[in-house]
Amino acid sequence: MSDYGAIVQKLRDSFGTRKTRPAEFRISQLNSIVTLLRENEGPIVEALERDLRKPKFETMISEISMAINEANYAINHLASWMKPEHVEKSLVMKFDECFIRKEPLGVVLIIGAWNYPVQLVLVPLIGAIAAGNCAVVKPSELSDSTSSLLTELLPKYLDQSCFSVVCGGAKETTELLEQRFDHIFYTGGVSVARSVMRAASCHLTPVTLELGGKSPALVEGSCDVTATARRLVWARFFNAGQSCVAPDYVLCSPETRRLLLPALRDCITQLYGTEPRESRDFGRIINQRHFERIRDLLSNSQGRVEIGGETEEGERYIAPTVLVDVSESDPVMQEEIFGPVLPILTVESLEEAINFINRREKPLALYLYTGDSKVVTKVMECTSSGGFCSNDGLVHMTVITLPFGGVGSSGVGRYHGRFSFDTFSHQRSCVLRGFGLEWANQLRYPPYSEQKLERLLQATQERKWSCTLL
Amino acid sequence: MSMEKQAVERARTAFLTRRSRPLEFRAQQLKALQRMITEKERDIAAALKLDLNKNEFQTPLYELVGLESEIQLALEKLPEWAAPRTAEKTLLTISDEVYVQPEPLGVVLIIGAWNYPFALVIQPLIGAIAAGNAAVIKPSEVSEHTARLLGELLPQYIDKDLYPVVNGGVPETQELLRQRFDHVFYTGNCAVGKLVMEAAARHLTPVTLELGGKSPCYIDKDCDLSIVCRRITWGKYMNCGQTCIAPDYVLCDQSIQGRVVEEIKKALKEFYGDDLKTSPDYGRMINQRHFKRVTALLEGETVALGGESDEADCFIAPTVLTGVTGSSKVMQEEIFGPVLPLVSVGSVDEAIRFINQREKPLALYVFSYDSKLIKRMIAETSSGGVTANDVLLHYSISALPFGGVGNSGMGSYHGKHSFDRLSHLRSCLIKSLNMEAVNKVRYPPHSAKKLSWARFFILKRVRLGTLGRLALLAAFVALAALVAQRFL
Repeated sequence: MSDYGAIVQKLRDSFGTRKTRPAEFRISQLNSIVTLLRENEGPIVEALERDLRKPKFETMISEISMAINEANYAINHLASWMKPEHVEKSLVMKFDECFIRKEPLGVVLIIGAWNYPVQLVLVPLIGAIAAGNCAVVKPSELSDSTSSLLTELLPKYLDQSCFSVVCGGAKETTELLEQRFDHIFYTGGVSVARSVMRAASCHLTPVTLELGGKSPALVEGSCDVTATARRLVWARFFNAGQSCVAPDYVLCSPETRRLLLPALRDCITQLYGTEPRESRDFGRIINQRHFERIRDLLSNSQGRVEIGGETEEGERYIAPTVLVDVSESDPVMQEEIFGPVLPILTVESLEEAINFINRREKPLALYLYTGDSKVVTKVMECTSSGGFCSNDGLVHMTVITLPFGGVGSSGVGRYHGRFSFDTFSHQRSCVLRGFGLEWANQLRYPPYSEQKLERLLQATQERKWSCTLL
Repeated sequence: MSMEKQAVERARTAFLTRRSRPLEFRAQQLKALQRMITEKERDIAAALKLDLNKNEFQTPLYELVGLESEIQLALEKLPEWAAPRTAEKTLLTISDEVYVQPEPLGVVLIIGAWNYPFALVIQPLIGAIAAGNAAVIKPSEVSEHTARLLGELLPQYIDKDLYPVVNGGVPETQELLRQRFDHVFYTGNCAVGKLVMEAAARHLTPVTLELGGKSPCYIDKDCDLSIVCRRITWGKYMNCGQTCIAPDYVLCDQSIQGRVVEEIKKALKEFYGDDLKTSPDYGRMINQRHFKRVTALLEGETVALGGESDEADCFIAPTVLTGVTGSSKVMQEEIFGPVLPLVSVGSVDEAIRFINQREKPLALYVFSYDSKLIKRMIAETSSGGVTANDVLLHYSISALPFGGVGNSGMGSYHGKHSFDRLSHLRSCLIKSLNMEAVNKVRYPPHSAKKLSWARFFILKRVRLGTLGRLALLAAFVALAALVAQRFL
C-alpha cells in the first residue's frame, strides 16, 4: 500500500472509532485552530510575506481573522447545526417521527490554493471538523513558506490520528486523488478541477470546486465615481490582484471612463503612494511563471497602458496597472488575469454590457457600481454569477451568512459558515414508526382494488385535510 | 449535427429567450403536467403494464399520486421558493441588503430509470421546471413502452423546445452526455453513474446521482413478526423487487428465521392469493437479461420459500433464501428482484459490523420495539435514508430530502429539495455607495490602529429586529464618523 493509502486508511480507522463525532471533540479541535492562529500570528505573517509579500494588514484580515471568525462561528452554532431537523408531516404520519440527521461523511480531502494559503485550507477544514469528519489537507506547493508552516503547525495543534497534512506538487496530488475519499474540496483552476472531478468519479466521490473566471465590474453612469474608483482599486489590487473574486475587468461607457480614469489614478496614489513599488501595502506575484504570464499579457495586449505598467522581475513586481482601449478579443480578455492589471472596456449601453457578460463563462463574482436600484435589478435578473455585489468589491465573500461558491465553470458547490458544515455532512432522512396502526396500512397492501385506492388517496391528500381540520 | 445535439441546442436557445423564468410560465407548465397525468392515466397505466406488468391500481399508487402531490406542492410554494432568501447581517453590512437569490441553472439533463419509468423522469422534471430551467429528458430505453409514450405525450402538453424528449439506447445517451449541460440528473446504477460523472467532469457540470445498493433490513428478536413481515413483504415484492429502496436482505437472529419465513408466506398469500402467477397484483421482471441475472443468484442457495420461475413470462416467484452468508453470490450485488436472503447475526453489534463492512446503502431498515436499539443502529451506520419499523416510507415525505451517500449516490431531491438542487442559489450583497467612512479602515496605507478597528468590525455578527437594527445603525453611523475623523 502506498504512503497515501496508509494515511487514508489510518484516518478511516480513526473515523471508525467514532472519536470525531461528539461535539466536545469537534469544538476542542476548532478551538485548537483558533489557538494555532493566535499563537502563530508572527510566523504566519512572515511566511505570507515571503510567499506573496502580503502586507501584514491583508494577512490579518483576509487570512487570520477570517479563519478565526469561521472557527468561532462554527463553535457558537455547532449545537444547532448538529441537531436533527424535524420536518412537516402529513396527517397519516402524525404519529411518526420524521427528521433529517446531519452526519459526517468520513474522510475528506481538502486541496488548498496559493493565493490565500491559510484561509483556503483552514476554512474548509473548519467545516470538515465541525461536521465530524477526518481530513487530509494538501496545501498548495506554490506558497511554499506558508505551506511548510502549516505542515509543521497543524499536527501540533490537531489530533494527528484524525487530520493529516500531505505536501507535494502535481505528481503527489494525482497520486493522492487515486485514494478514495468521501468528499473532495478543491480550490484552484478550471483544468485541474476537471481532473479532480474525473478522479472523484471513479469512486463516486462528491466534490466542491471553488474555481474562478473573469469577474466583470460594470460601472454604470449614475454611480459616485470617486467612491467607485476607491473600492475598485482596493478590490482589484488587494493581494496584488491574486484573488479569485477580484474584479477582473471593467465595463463602462466612454463618458464614464473619462471620469473614472483620473479617479482611479488618484486612488492608486492615495492607497499605494506615487511609487507603489515602495509601498509596504502592495504585494508581489507568487512566482516567476505567473509573473511572466501576466507580463506577457501586458506586452501582448493591443490596448494601451493608461496607469502603471511597470514591472520588476527580480521582485516579481507588477505595478497597479490600468489598461484601456482593450477589445473583446485581446489576449488579456482570454484568461483570468489573476494579477494587478485592470482592463477597461467601453460599451455603449447597459444592454451591450449585459450581452458581453452573457457571452462569456459564468463568473465567480459580478460587480455593479450604480446609484440606480433599477439597474441593480436588471443586471441581476439578466446575468448569472457565483455571487453578486453591488457598489463594492470582494466583501460579499466575507459575509459568513452568505454561501460562497461558483456556478458553471466558476465552480460547483459552496461553503462558509453553515454552508461549510452542510457541504461536509450527509443529510440523512429518517422516519421512525411504531407498530400500531397496522389497520391503516391495510389500504396499501394487495390485493389492490378501486375502493382501497380511493380511500388511500383520500388519506394521503394531506394538505387539504390539514387546512380543513385547522 | 446529431439529433441529440440539436435537441440540446434548441433547449438552450429556448432557455435564453428567458420564457421559462416567469413564475406564471412555470406554474402553467406544471399544471399542464398535472393535466397530462389526469387525462392520460389510462395510457400511462397501459404502458407500465406492458413494461413491468404493473396493474391499474399500482400505477396511480406508486407512480402518479406522488407526482401529483409534488406538482401541487410546487404550485403552492413556488412564490416562496423562488423569492430572495434573506441572510443574517454582519456589523459591516448592517445597512446593506444581504440575501440569496435562487436562479435557474440553464439546461438540465434528466436520465430516467426503467423500474418506475414514469415517476423517475417526471419527478426531477417537476423540480427542473419549478426552478425555471429547460430540460432534456432521456427516458430509459429498457422500459420501452413508457419511453415511447413519454416521447408522444410530453410535447403535447409542455413546451417542446424547452423540454424535449430524446429517446434511444446507449449510443444516444453517450452522445447526449458529450453535450454541455448545467446539471445532469441521473437515476440508475453505480457503474453508469461513474460514467455519467466522468462525462460531466469534462464540462464541470454538477450532477445528482440517484443510485442504489443493498439496503439492509434488521429484525430484532422480540418483535411482532406478523406485522414486521407483512410490511417487509409489501416493500420487498412490490414491482417484483425492482425498487431502489426495497429491503435487499434481512439480518436477524437464527432463532427467528423460521418464523420470518412463515410470516412472509402468510403475507404473500394474503396479498397475492394462492396462485401467485395469476395474481393481477404481482409484477414481472423487466426483461430476460434481468430475469437470468436474478435466477442465477439462486444457484447453490437454500430456497426456504418460492424459487419458481418462468422465463417466457419473466416471472420469478417471491423467494426467501436462508443460510446466506456475507460471501454468498447473492450478497455481492444489488438483487433488484423478488429474492430475499436471510443472513444470521447473533447480535446488534454483529449486524452493525456487517452493514458497515459494506458500501453505504440507499436505505436502512430496522424493526424493533426498543427505540434505543433503533437509535443506536442509526447512529452507528450510514445510509441515504432510514425507515424504522416499516419500509420505503421516507421516500414519500416531500419535506425529507431523498438521495444516497457514498456508492448509493450524491445529491438529493423531492419537494423543495428538488427546487434547490436544480437552482443556483446566488449570494447577493447590495451596498450603497455611502458609508464610505466605514470602509476607510480597510484602505492602505495601513496602520496598527486601523487594523484593530478592522478586526472589531469584521469579528462581530448581529441578529436584531428592524428596530434594533435602526438603533444600531444610528450608533454605528456616529461611530463611523468618529473613525473617519481619525483617518481623514
